Amino acid sequence: MEQTQVRRPPRALSPQRLVLFVFMFAALAYPWVFRLPFQRRLMVVVLLYAMLGQAWNILGGYTGQVSLGHAVFFGIGAYTSTLLHLKLGVTPWIGLPAAGLVAALVSQFVGYPCFRLKGHYFVIATIVLAQIVQALFTNWDWAGGALGLRLPLLPESLLNFQFFSTKLPYYYISLALLAIVLAVTYLLEGSKAGYYFRAIKEDPDAARSLGVDITSYKMLAMAISAFFTGVGGAFYAQFVLYIDPESVLAFKTSVLIMLIAVVGGIGTLWGPVLGAFILIPLSEFTRVALGGAGRALDLVVYGILITLVAVFEPRGLWALGERIKALVARR
Amino acid sequence: MLQQIPQVVLSGLLNGFIYALVAVGLTLIYGVMDIVNFAHGEFLMLSMYVVFWLYTLVHLDPIFSLPISVLVLFIVGALTHKLVVRRVLKAPMSAQIFATFGLMVFLQSAAQFLWSPNYRLIKEPLLSGRISLLGLSLGKPQLVAAVGALLATGFVYWFIERTETGRALQAVAEDQEAASLMGINSDRIFTLAWGIAAACVGVAGALLANYYYIFPTVGTVFVLMAFVTVALGGFGSVPGALIAGVIMGVVETLAGLLISPAYKQVVVFALYMVVVLVRPQGLLGEW
Repeated sequence: MEQTQVRRPPRALSPQRLVLFVFMFAALAYPWVFRLPFQRRLMVVVLLYAMLGQAWNILGGYTGQVSLGHAVFFGIGAYTSTLLHLKLGVTPWIGLPAAGLVAALVSQFVGYPCFRLKGHYFVIATIVLAQIVQALFTNWDWAGGALGLRLPLLPESLLNFQFFSTKLPYYYISLALLAIVLAVTYLLEGSKAGYYFRAIKEDPDAARSLGVDITSYKMLAMAISAFFTGVGGAFYAQFVLYIDPESVLAFKTSVLIMLIAVVGGIGTLWGPVLGAFILIPLSEFTRVALGGAGRALDLVVYGILITLVAVFEPRGLWALGERIKALVARR
Repeated sequence: MLQQIPQVVLSGLLNGFIYALVAVGLTLIYGVMDIVNFAHGEFLMLSMYVVFWLYTLVHLDPIFSLPISVLVLFIVGALTHKLVVRRVLKAPMSAQIFATFGLMVFLQSAAQFLWSPNYRLIKEPLLSGRISLLGLSLGKPQLVAAVGALLATGFVYWFIERTETGRALQAVAEDQEAASLMGINSDRIFTLAWGIAAACVGVAGALLANYYYIFPTVGTVFVLMAFVTVALGGFGSVPGALIAGVIMGVVETLAGLLISPAYKQVVVFALYMVVVLVRPQGLLGEW
């Protein structure tokens, strides 16, 4: 009853749907138009980060709990599938959901102390916990220590989750993962849990007084968010075939995941996708154009962007787009 | 190992005064306007580079470039308020976090872009060598840094508690609206608070530059420590920051000796979690 009221059934071919279909077609056709390995690789990274950004958004955007420690879930996902494969010979196809489950489980342990804190204390606690986890993995020799883990090269096949001659399968897998996260977010938006998430963000005290079990719903948002971040980490491990604490658990990973959502638009379905489509290519091109890693020019631009967004449009570029659309419509 | 403990506690104590001074800047801004400055560590990094370049380019020793560093950082802090922070005062908390956070990413990567990620060291500062005291060996630069940090912390405390402007600062922290009714220009107070907070790391950076490596991410090392210090001491409390800074310094070096150097930060961070959970307002938190 309450759900049908809120979401009007869309007409058979509303403009929104048309746009959606065009985008879906473009997404499916992209690797056939752009065949160069680097073009396909770039888009795999874009789709992966769009997915990670949206996963962050479920907790940080919809529920308003800004986490700067999502590298924990990303890294634990990457380590879970990699260790399962190396130590027990488990196929990455099982490793992928297992990574999500372990990350979600860890998130509940992390969430319990963190959610007793509010505001800045919460943000700093997520940073601090991520630092602890990184230090533990760096000193954990069984899990590769500071050197990290290398996945053995296997004959390329869908079963082995390794592809060398073409990046095509990676592309469609990352596209499917993004589609799943977007679908889950869409369903959440209209669900009871989704309303509770937003209530917690807007006014936690009011939500509590109306009988919303705030901590449980924060934990739920964290579990969903961590699950998909963990799956993303496992996909990353399969894609790059090498992980170490510096590449999957470091603070900069947490920052990038958050950035995608913030710049694109927190608390929106398409914001993180927009964010990934802007930030990832931007980073690649500044790197290519100015040559040489370690110069960090992409981060210089990121830093300016995030401050500008915070000052002028805290709801992100997606909201800026909506504002322009409203302006045009008024004319 | 046991006979090493006094030596280790002493060097932890010296570090602790530096942590305290860095934390004072954070706690001041938080106390006055409820904002966490994520770029605080990068301010420290900037001040170290100011001192480094003055040394490298015009051969000015860190002792003499300290006042320049303080002045530069005061301006950086005041500008940060005028250009960025002032615009997000009424924005949701997430926007406030992102504003200074973006600044942190920008400053850190700009330093890396301009000055390369290389580790630098001031090779022959005037302050060098060690002295012996009651059988304990102390680095002179470390000792001077600790004393300087303690003096600077004391000065900030004196300024806030005993001067007219300091009382105005407290008034704004207490109730901005009531303060403006009394004729206090809160924007000027905020600018001043940012200037002083950044000047604190201007002092800390210049003192550290005598013996510490200088690199683009050096701020992260100290600012994470400062976050913990501030939370432990209580957001907004200068004496709290001092006590907590000393505790952090000693705990860190002791953990390095008794457990393992690899885990010394883990112990400190674990302490943070315990403190904020057991006593969310910190040791001396009041605001």
